Amino acid sequence: MRRQFESPIVLLGARLLSPYIMVFGWYVIIHGHYSPGGGFQGGALLAASVLLIRVAGGRRVARLQIQEFATTPLAIIGVVIYFATGLVSMAMGGYFLDYSALPIPGMDPAWLRYTGILIIEVGIGLAVMAILVMIYDNMVRGEDYD
Amino acid sequence: MIWEIELIIYIFLALSAVVALEVKDLLVAVVMMTIFSFLMALLFVAMGAIDVGFTEAVIGAGVTGILFVVVVFQTSRKSND
Repeated sequence: MRRQFESPIVLLGARLLSPYIMVFGWYVIIHGHYSPGGGFQGGALLAASVLLIRVAGGRRVARLQIQEFATTPLAIIGVVIYFATGLVSMAMGGYFLDYSALPIPGMDPAWLRYTGILIIEVGIGLAVMAILVMIYDNMVRGEDYD
Repeated sequence: MIWEIELIIYIFLALSAVVALEVKDLLVAVVMMTIFSFLMALLFVAMGAIDVGFTEAVIGAGVTGILFVVVVFQTSRKSND
């Protein structure tokens, strides 16, 4: 984004805050199936930590973190994780997103549902993060920011 | 929740909404809308909807604020009406 003036304090604050927001986002995703939160909220937190660095540092600093061309493949990976989990359980004889039919050996159905929701939410989090970052990148595209 | 604190949150909610509607500087309006979202999230949590409050705090006070700031910097900063 176009910057009015150079401010090392804002950049330092964003650099200090961003990793903790990202760790909290992963915490929300991982604990999403038995506490408040989940894939969407955790993914939005991850996107907030990435966008904080992008707003504070501009394109030169943002290039070190997640590059602009990497957002679309990340979103596709997230959607593919979601639908692959659903379709694999469908191919194994259950319904769509019926986690108890997932082919993971050595697990009873309760643990399979637990693990299936976890896999789904990692996919949702990746897709939400990548798409929110992609919206920001497309909004600032024509801007001559450095 | 203690009703005095909730009353204070309601008063600041109405204040931030009125300021966001009436102010001429659009950046101030964006910040006021972020404050509105955060107070709304506090009220959602106080009413027991923790998941809704969490989503409101993350989306309304985090990502939407950043996107509105980008829009303000790409258009004009002053409101015309």
